[in-house]
Amino acid sequence: MGAPDVIEIDELSFRFNGGPPVLENVSLRVQAGDFASVIGPNGGGKTTLVKLMLGLYAPTTGRVRVLGLPPEKARPRIGYMPQHAMMDPRFPARALDVVLMGRLGRGIRIATYGAGDRRAAAAALDRVGLAADRGRPFSDLSGGQRQRVLLARALVTEPELLLLDEPAANLDQKVEQDFFDLLKELNRHLTIVLVSHDLGFVAGFVRTVICVHRRVDVHPTSSLDGRMISEVYGGEVRMVRHDHRLDE
Amino acid sequence: MQFLAAVAAYPFLQHALLAGVLAGIACGVMGSYVVVRRITYIAGAIAHCVLAGLGAARYLQVVHGWPIHAGQGAIVAAVASALIIGMVSLRAREREDTVIGAVWAIGMAIGILFIAVTPGYHEDLMSYLFGNILLIGRGDLWMMAALDAVVVVLGLGLYPQLEAVSFDEEFAKLRGIRVELYVLVLLVLVALTVVLLVSVVGVVLVIALLTLPAAIAGQFTTTLRGMMAAASLLAVGFTTAGLALSYAPDLPAGATTIVLAGVAYLAVLAVKALLARGRNRTTSQPQL
Repeated sequence: MGAPDVIEIDELSFRFNGGPPVLENVSLRVQAGDFASVIGPNGGGKTTLVKLMLGLYAPTTGRVRVLGLPPEKARPRIGYMPQHAMMDPRFPARALDVVLMGRLGRGIRIATYGAGDRRAAAAALDRVGLAADRGRPFSDLSGGQRQRVLLARALVTEPELLLLDEPAANLDQKVEQDFFDLLKELNRHLTIVLVSHDLGFVAGFVRTVICVHRRVDVHPTSSLDGRMISEVYGGEVRMVRHDHRLDE
Repeated sequence: MQFLAAVAAYPFLQHALLAGVLAGIACGVMGSYVVVRRITYIAGAIAHCVLAGLGAARYLQVVHGWPIHAGQGAIVAAVASALIIGMVSLRAREREDTVIGAVWAIGMAIGILFIAVTPGYHEDLMSYLFGNILLIGRGDLWMMAALDAVVVVLGLGLYPQLEAVSFDEEFAKLRGIRVELYVLVLLVLVALTVVLLVSVVGVVLVIALLTLPAAIAGQFTTTLRGMMAAASLLAVGFTTAGLALSYAPDLPAGATTIVLAGVAYLAVLAVKALLARGRNRTTSQPQL
């Protein structure tokens, strides 16, 4: 027996208060160092699966383990990045202020953050390429920059697992490409699970694809083909190769 | 000038000025949380429940001879309503806005009933509803100073936690912050601030004084802390100016204060809109 898998889900099903099942009979493993993408149609249960991994929902039946622990216990070691569109863009905070919030959970902070917190937050912004923008208001940043700020906030928690919800939503293609290059770099030290409604980039970046459409199938990226995709999305889907690079 | 001479001569005006300063400081700090967390409606409901506390305290004092101060009734009612709304919004499956609206109206109705069954004091209703900063005595000032200290020390001391909970509750929860506790603390601090403001502008006008200075400050500041500092200065400025302007023509000070704050807010929005239009015109010069 080596280290436990980063995510272990066994025989899980989930429904909201007696409603119809959102997820049924789900079993999956994500190994350390993997770069996995959760894909599927809107309403197929992707976000629910992520919330189960975070312990925000409890499974109706079955079991979830993250880093070998119940999800609530594993939370301090998970870096979570929500969609930037969920944030109030007019909240008065600079990029650095948003990243500093990731330092909470290491004991209460009285009145202000310490010098160590500020150093860590500045380093995280540097890592996502926003070192020069730390003093800019969050509201002045572009969608791609806000997404990076939220990634820095997830990184400053020093996670072992990065969980990203729809990181590519509302980003233009060049920005999306840069963002995934950054994730690829981070994947050298971190396990990454990202949710996407968009199959486009998946084949070019990730190693494992988790297809969620009430049930869950797991595929290595190399086996992605049109038949599997149309099973997930329930229609004719044309496969577009995205393994080109813009800078080559 | 007439006002300055009057301030020098009359202690009740000095008390009123000091009350405006005390209320303004708490108002800037907590009003900023209220604006960024978008809980203006909750603050409004708490304010109207204060009427129940004021009415009940007055009733017990006059009819049953309890040694109770109206302000103590206000604090109990404000904190109780804040906790009820907080529990409901955190736990219950009811529609939150429905519950807030119900608490708002029920609190007010209870207050009116108590005032109706209390002999003699019906003129109090007007000063509860619209404030009478000129009636604030020395004892009231001490209570206001104590409330102000509690609100400012906790509001600023817990700043990192309260900021994180206001910005992104889910993320705060995932970081192990006790979100429900902080939400309740925030609402209780808002309730105490409402009590402070009720003595200045009355139950009905509280929401405006709580939100307008913060909303104006938000147009110019890039951090929540900066917003609080600017909003506190503005709130102190509005209450002071409201008192000064209303004195000579003998207008109600609370209403004058609110009209001033409202005009300032609209003026700031108008100037901002004009500036934005001017900038668009210069950047989109005709490309012939």
